[in-house]
Amino acid sequence: MTPSITELDAEALYKSLLEQIRTAMADMPNLAVVGIRSGGAWIAERISSDLSLPDKPGFIDVSFYRDDYAEKGLRPDVKPSQIPFDVEGATILLIDDVLFTGRTTRAAINEIFDYGRPAKIMLAALIDRGGRELPVSADFVAATVQPAADQTLVLQRADNGAFSLTVEHA
Amino acid sequence: MLNPQLNKNGELQHLLTIEGLPKDVLTHILDTAASFVNVSDREVKKVPLMRGKSVFNLFFENSTRTRTTFEIAAKRLSADVINLNIDSSSTSKGESLLDTIDNLTAMHADMFVVRHAQSGAPFLIAQHLNRSNQPHIHVVNAGDGRHAHPTQGLLDMYTIRHYKKEYSNLTVAIVGDVLHSRVARSDIHALRTLGVPEIRVIGPKTLISSNMEQMGVRVFNSMNEGLKDVDVIIMLRLQNERMNGALLPSAQEFFKSYGLTPERLALAKPDAIVMHPGPMNRGVEIDSAVADGTQAVILPQVTYGIAVRMAVMSILAGS
Repeated sequence: MTPSITELDAEALYKSLLEQIRTAMADMPNLAVVGIRSGGAWIAERISSDLSLPDKPGFIDVSFYRDDYAEKGLRPDVKPSQIPFDVEGATILLIDDVLFTGRTTRAAINEIFDYGRPAKIMLAALIDRGGRELPVSADFVAATVQPAADQTLVLQRADNGAFSLTVEHA
Repeated sequence: MLNPQLNKNGELQHLLTIEGLPKDVLTHILDTAASFVNVSDREVKKVPLMRGKSVFNLFFENSTRTRTTFEIAAKRLSADVINLNIDSSSTSKGESLLDTIDNLTAMHADMFVVRHAQSGAPFLIAQHLNRSNQPHIHVVNAGDGRHAHPTQGLLDMYTIRHYKKEYSNLTVAIVGDVLHSRVARSDIHALRTLGVPEIRVIGPKTLISSNMEQMGVRVFNSMNEGLKDVDVIIMLRLQNERMNGALLPSAQEFFKSYGLTPERLALAKPDAIVMHPGPMNRGVEIDSAVADGTQAVILPQVTYGIAVRMAVMSILAGS
């Protein structure tokens, strides 16, 4: 069943995603996580700590790899990407908050390869909202929803670290 | 008056001078540069932002270092770089500056990086492009006459922010041949815009222009007085080509009065940093013990210069 987007409980979705990854971890003890800024980075931080992963989480800002730079220019709030582990030969779980067109995922994968050649990259997203424009699919998803085209789902993080989701209208 | 460097949306379209640029534009460039610093440490030292763009380095005046750092910056953004050594090409055959620009525009240039001995040459090119309806072509001033060297000014600001975190409690001294220095002018404008409360220039009367006090700086003719308790020392190159005039008795004489020695550096705050835009004249404006000492940040300046130039080019090309 597809839940209504106003009923989404971000904390419950996070726990569901965490348990899926914990189960899959049994076969991949050396998993490293990389979160896409900003929402995916928050999720990666929590997963890294909740699963006691050996490597610190990496963070990626895909601004330098986006395919809409020619139309939109550089975003003013671009932050440095940081990958604190050796990408060469690593098994990486790439984490985003909302999976949509797949263009951000494409940009993030390109960027990871500029740090080295990983053995494997998987994708986790809190929410899959459909609307793909590239052949991308997630390995772990907590919820699949179908919002209207003018609705944007935004992950927020409170001061105590709790997640919530808001719906913004274009 | 509309700032000729900004487009109608207030975005940076050309970088010609720091003078008149709002603080948020400078801060945006410095913040963006911070993201580019670690690109140079990766396995692949490139991002694809300017893939397919053609950057023309037009150096009407020689400068190996500035040209190289612009070339590296453009290549790390994946642009194609064409270096034109104008001295030995068309201008020597009599072609005018704007005819050269029109020809390169016909080759579908996307950006011109311009170094010229005449103050205002990059402005003239930018104005010409805007008037001939080529607003998508961007101009970066890589140093024009005695006027401005905005990317050097920005990389100096980046270096200061990196080591000192805040601008609002600093005393910065600029030392040496201030009169002929476009670096000094760009630094002073940037330091004022970013809110540095005390800016000093130190040098002999013959090498300090008379309008310095109007620019909001304190003028010192003595190193011992001027260096007292400063946080940042920016040394300028003593331009040998100026020595032929009657401005200075000799390089040795200059070093005696204005060379930065360990003894003089000790007058500044203990954690003061020493900067120099290069190329250095050891034993003329700076003692080797200082240039190679722990307080010198001259080589980090070069490294940050690449990130700052990447930031400038990528912001311009995206506007």
